[in-house]
Parts: sequence; structure tokens; C-alpha cells
Amino acid sequence: MRKLLNTLYVTQPDTYLALDGDNVLLLKGDEKLGRLPLHNLEAIISFGYTGASPALMGYCADRNIAITFLTQSGRFLARVIGESRGNVVLRKTQYRISDNEEEATKIARNFITGKVYNHKWVLERMTRDYPLRIDVEQFKIVSGQLSDILREVRNSVSMESLRGWEGQAAVYYNRVFDQMILQQKEDFFFHGRSRRPPKDNVNAMLSFAYTLLAKDTAAALETVGLDAYVGFMHQDRPGRASLALDLMEELRGIYADRFVLSLINRKEVTASDFVTKENGAVLMTDEARKTFLKAWQTKKQESITHPYLGEKISWGLVPYVQSLLLARFLRGDLDEYPPFLWK
Amino acid sequence: MVVNDEDRYLMLSGLQHFQFCKRQWALIHIEQQWEENVRTIEGQHLHHKADQPFLKEKRRDKLIVRAMPIQSKELQLSGTCDVVEFIQDPDGVGLAGVEGTYKVYPVEYKRGKPKKGDEDVIQLAAQAMCLEEMMLCRVDTGYIFYNEIKHRIEVPISDMLRDQVKQMAAEMHHYYDKRHTPKVKTGPFCKNCSLQHICVPNLMHKRSVQSYIEGRLGE
Repeated sequence: MRKLLNTLYVTQPDTYLALDGDNVLLLKGDEKLGRLPLHNLEAIISFGYTGASPALMGYCADRNIAITFLTQSGRFLARVIGESRGNVVLRKTQYRISDNEEEATKIARNFITGKVYNHKWVLERMTRDYPLRIDVEQFKIVSGQLSDILREVRNSVSMESLRGWEGQAAVYYNRVFDQMILQQKEDFFFHGRSRRPPKDNVNAMLSFAYTLLAKDTAAALETVGLDAYVGFMHQDRPGRASLALDLMEELRGIYADRFVLSLINRKEVTASDFVTKENGAVLMTDEARKTFLKAWQTKKQESITHPYLGEKISWGLVPYVQSLLLARFLRGDLDEYPPFLWK
Repeated sequence: MVVNDEDRYLMLSGLQHFQFCKRQWALIHIEQQWEENVRTIEGQHLHHKADQPFLKEKRRDKLIVRAMPIQSKELQLSGTCDVVEFIQDPDGVGLAGVEGTYKVYPVEYKRGKPKKGDEDVIQLAAQAMCLEEMMLCRVDTGYIFYNEIKHRIEVPISDMLRDQVKQMAAEMHHYYDKRHTPKVKTGPFCKNCSLQHICVPNLMHKRSVQSYIEGRLGE
């Protein structure tokens, strides 16, 4: 498999990015903050309203280095995409299936299979690792409920019933999520998902993790020639990378949730890393975001054996490999899309 | 009626990919995927030298032309000859704007050394066939220059070789019309392929996804 390269995160809002030979130059006014060789990078993610030179954007687009612009709080602004390469046949297949509910359901079924299966194993892993800290009996019950849902998902032939089972699985999983927070219980708790804005520390972190994962997945999809904006399960909506959201469903629990939980449980973040606005919206401080990104990069370098390919890859390549497998399925190499089934 | 059938022409250079691996050819020419590796960069560097379309060289009875665009209606292929040498010969053909008659010799530049397979030879033969068709002449011989041994080898353009080219070109058009990327037998040669990360040769002999999912769910 290809190698995972680095991602450059630019968190200082007044940094300008320019091209200098084969390097990216970080400028603050006239001051040079640093320069990095671009051939080591696979993505640049810039937070805040920083600028980048057209020359840099062109260079990166040409070499498949994804540049993403996010607001300071991590909301998606824009992504630089170069000329789309010979993917017309692939994209037409993607669009055709996206418009055909029966065909789309078959793929969506595997996304949701992956999601529920992985959520189940997140819980199973907890019962194995911390039997003295959690209510094992309750976890086993929920795990069993998720197994039942998996059977229903496998038999679902309509998108509507798939969405129904997915929702039901989320209810069960969320019911025990708070128990997986083992440290700093007074500052970190989960009483349900809140977004736009997140209303507590855990939700603020989950939102941020999902944003990063969605961005990684969208870039991976574009790399293999798919259109990240046309999904099979998430419906098209302007500016929404629906296919990226589809594909990351199976990774939310094992990738993002577990990551957030480990930051809390290892006390790498604390209550002082968050600010509550007057309206109850919770924001992560710049310092916290830096800690978060650093740990996120480390996590990406960890290696794992891909359950279907049987090859050792780094966690950071999982979105890419799943995109590749999806593309190969659409091209007719595989009988179904193989979800990433983690254990 | 066939309108503008040059649109249907495939790249002649694809013959060598096709000969090396049908799937590699399909990935490059149908899916238009490409990934550079050391070999492809070296190849580009070498061709950059040969690729000087406005440089003409005349040495006594020899005329050397670089980067000559060629095509064949019969093969439905088009491409570029790195170098074509025209050598004055009473049995040759006349050339536009040049005195005398000439015999035609295509020369192909390769980065490595002579290969076991005949992919280079096939490509050369196809070039010869294009030149024959375009110049109404007979091309009996061509050359392949190998950069690693800094030496050219002579290649007779046999009838057997010509048949092979015709057959391959027809097969390429067949896949192209279906827009189909075939599955292939994998082997040690996959390690030399710049597209192995896109192709995932490993997929060629994987169990079905259905059994993978059932297996995991059943555990």
C-alpha cells in the first residue's frame, strides 16, 4: 500500500502560505515562519481566514496534495481541487447508482453494517479492557441489541428501513457512551449529541474529530477519482460532501469516538481547554486544538491490519483504502463494497 | 459513416503497457490513472532529450528527425516516434523538401536494458507499421536504444511481429469500447509496476466480499 505522508495544520490565523520552489513557505506579514518541503505532505489544513497563493494551490492540486480551509472553530470553508483526472466512467457509475435507490441501498447497507458492527466492537472492547469500571452486564445487553440490528441491516432492502435501524443503533450506543468516559467525570460527560453548536466539552471534541475525519475522507475519495459530494445514503445538498459522510459512518466509532475518549481518559485534555460562550456553545481553545491535532497525527501513524486486504497499513490510510475499495467495487472488481470491520 | 475516426485512435505507447499487463494498460488508458515512480521519472528524463521536434540533423547520407507524430488507420493507433532515421538509398522513398530517396528506420529510446519480454519490440514494430502506412514504404528494420547499456540493438520487423501488433491493437480496442478494466494473473512483475497501489493486485485473488462480511458477522 502507499505510504502515509504528513499533514500540515496551520492554526495561526494570520499565516499566509506561499510556494517557494518545491516548498511551502509560511509567512506572517514579512516574517518567514518556516518552510517545508511539499513532497513530504499529502494535505494542508488551514484554520482561520488565512490565505494561500494561487501558485501553491496549483502546485498542490497538480500533485494530489489536498488543501482545505476551515474556520477557526473547524467549520469547513473550502477545498482546493485540481483538474479531475480520467474518472468520467467511474463518476458516471457513481451518479447512476446514486440515482437508483435499489442499487444505492446495497452499498449503504454495507456502510451501515460497518458502522453498527464497529460500534458493537467499541463496546465489546470496553468490557474486555475495563470490566471493573463499567456496567459489563449493560454493555453486553447493548452489544446483543446491536447484533440484532446488524441482522436487520443485512436484510434491509430500502433506504428508509436502513436509516431506521441506524437511528435505533445510535440510541442504544449513545445510552452507554457516557460510561466509557472513565476520567474527569465532572468536566466530561455525554448526555446526547449536540451540534451547531456543541453544548458540552465532549460534543465539542466529537464535532472536531468528525470534521477532521470527513475532510480526510473527502480528500481520499477525490484521490481515487470519486466525487465526494454525491452520496448513496446522505442526500446531495449544496456544499455537503455526502459520499465522504457515507463512507465515514463506519469509522466514526472506531476512529473518532475512541480517539476523543482516549484524550479524555488519558487526561490529555482538561476542563481548562474549553470555553463556554454566553449562549451555551462550547469552543475548544487554540491550545486544545493544537494538542488535539498533534494527537490526531500520532494516531494516524499507528498501524493496523486491514481486515479485508490483510495488509498492514497505518490508521491514517484507512479512509484512502476504503475509497479505493469503493472505487474498485464500482469498477466491477469486487462483488460488494467491503466495509472496514474492526475488532 | 465513420465521422472523425481519429477520435477512436488509442495511444501507440499503450502497446507496451498492454503487453506488460492488460490491467496496467486499462488503468492508464481507460481509467487514466498514473503514479510516478523512479522508473517513470527516468523514462521522462530520457525522452525529454529525444523529444526535440524542431531539431533536424543531417549527417552525410543520414537524416535524423526527432519526435515525429505518427498514426495508423489500420491499427487505429497514434503516437510519436522518438527518432526516425532516413538513410539515403536508391530503393527508398522520396521525402518532402529533400533531395534523393531514403529508407526509413524508427529508433525507440528506453531507459533500462533489453527486456526478456517483447513489449519494446512490439512498440517498435507498431511504429514501423505506422511509418509504412504514412510514407508508403517498407520498413524492415528498426532500433531500440537502451540507456543503461548505452547501446542500440537492431530489430527485424517480421511478419509474425506485425500479426502480433494487429492482434493486440484489436484487443485493446475491444476493452476500450467496453471501458473494461480486466482482472489479471498477478506475479512478481507486479512489484515493478508503478500502479500497484492503485491496482491492488492483492484484490485479484481475494475471497468474495460477501463471505468476508458473513465471516465477520458470524464470529
